[in-house]
Amino acid sequence: MQVIVNTKKVYDTLDQLAAAIAAANPDFSSTVMVGIQQGGALVSQYLYELLLKNNPHASSLEHGKLDITFYRDDVRNKILAPDPMHLPFSIEGKTVILVDDVLFTGRTIKAALDSLFDYGRPERVQLCVLVDRKEHRQFPIQPDYTGITIPSNRTDKLKMVITQDNEPQVVLFIP
Amino acid sequence: MQLSTKHLLGIKNLTTEDISLILSTSQQFKEVLQRPVKKVPSLREVTVVNLFYENSTRTRISFELAEKRLSADIINFTAAASSAAKGETLLDTVNNILSMKVDLVVMRHSASGAPHFLAEHIPAAIVNAGDGINEHPTQALLDAFSIQEKTGSLAGRKVALIGDIMHSRVAQSNIYLLKKMGASVMVCGPPTLIPKHISQALGVDVSYNLRETLEWCDVANVLRIQLERQNQVLFSSLREYNLAYGIGKELLDSLHKEVVIMHPGPINRGVELDSDVADSKQSIILQQVENGVAVRMAVLYLLSGRSVAN
Repeated sequence: MQVIVNTKKVYDTLDQLAAAIAAANPDFSSTVMVGIQQGGALVSQYLYELLLKNNPHASSLEHGKLDITFYRDDVRNKILAPDPMHLPFSIEGKTVILVDDVLFTGRTIKAALDSLFDYGRPERVQLCVLVDRKEHRQFPIQPDYTGITIPSNRTDKLKMVITQDNEPQVVLFIP
Repeated sequence: MQLSTKHLLGIKNLTTEDISLILSTSQQFKEVLQRPVKKVPSLREVTVVNLFYENSTRTRISFELAEKRLSADIINFTAAASSAAKGETLLDTVNNILSMKVDLVVMRHSASGAPHFLAEHIPAAIVNAGDGINEHPTQALLDAFSIQEKTGSLAGRKVALIGDIMHSRVAQSNIYLLKKMGASVMVCGPPTLIPKHISQALGVDVSYNLRETLEWCDVANVLRIQLERQNQVLFSSLREYNLAYGIGKELLDSLHKEVVIMHPGPINRGVELDSDVADSKQSIILQQVENGVAVRMAVLYLLSGRSVAN
């Protein structure tokens, strides 16, 4: 396991993402933020707190977690136990800011969109990612807010984790 | 994380981790069932056959709904309307169905051990939907899920199983499950309907006194008198049974505590349970039915993996 993005850099990137989201959304009254389990849910929790802290108009922003286990396109090759979902609000007609930690092939986002539409019909969906592994994309999916673009090998596994000191880091698992 | 087993034949062979995994996955499916679109694509390429050699309303509909909510393809087989009525053997029937490429078999049979027999002979994953007087694992899982949902946990909970223990696969599966998960179990009923050595064999307490049992328990799971499985007279009349073991509102109100009332259905109203209890606030009978779909979705989902099934 190797640290690719250290804690300070993660915090700086989160600040920059939160600022970009606030700038692009002058009104949060019909906006919700949804993090994809597990890494995306962590990132969105940080972003949500930053947005609330720095933007008085963000107080109406709602925040939830989405689990995509049942929507994976390789679901039966590997049966995974699902993580909790928490979407205690309607997304009908709303702007949804979908958040993930690492954007890779785009398959997770495709599954998340499938899942999201089973909760209702959002007016628009924006994608926010902490790390983009751009060169490995397999679907026409691009983020609206990108933190850091990191070149990587196809077989690398990148993920945001929380350290024992309760600080975020992006780490590389070499299989 | 995966189940330790390829089939769900009974609770007896499950580990506590298996049970916890099924219950936590059920919670996620329950969440799915509250959404506007109550369906996920997880079993889109899976074909399930529902093989019902014995009558069933709740379990069959519940499994069918669970399969549909998971986007599986379904074949329904009812023995009475099939070639089994012409004398075809179980194995022949199933092999014929399997040659149509079926991945999962949900089976109910009046002979104890029928699904175990099938599991030894065919490659598909088998889910036991009730076999004779042996086990009814999905019922025990949904009962456990409902107890957990209503009272917070299984460990340390005092659960009474009341009624026809002798002929009840629901009782047997419930006892295995509750004991594994750390609950205390008491069985209660007339001596003729309680197996003689059940206390030593399964580690449960036995009582022949309904009031005493209700005073002890947090949850009372009331079982149906299974007239179809009794070939001798085990109590004098339904009326007498109701007088000694039927649960009425007056009795419950005199306990000065709120016992959770469960029943796997179908209820013989006025025999084991009076209507005013079955329809009261203490009763979670309809929640059990609702949870049944989520629990069966979890079981089918967890057994549907390619590496596991083939």
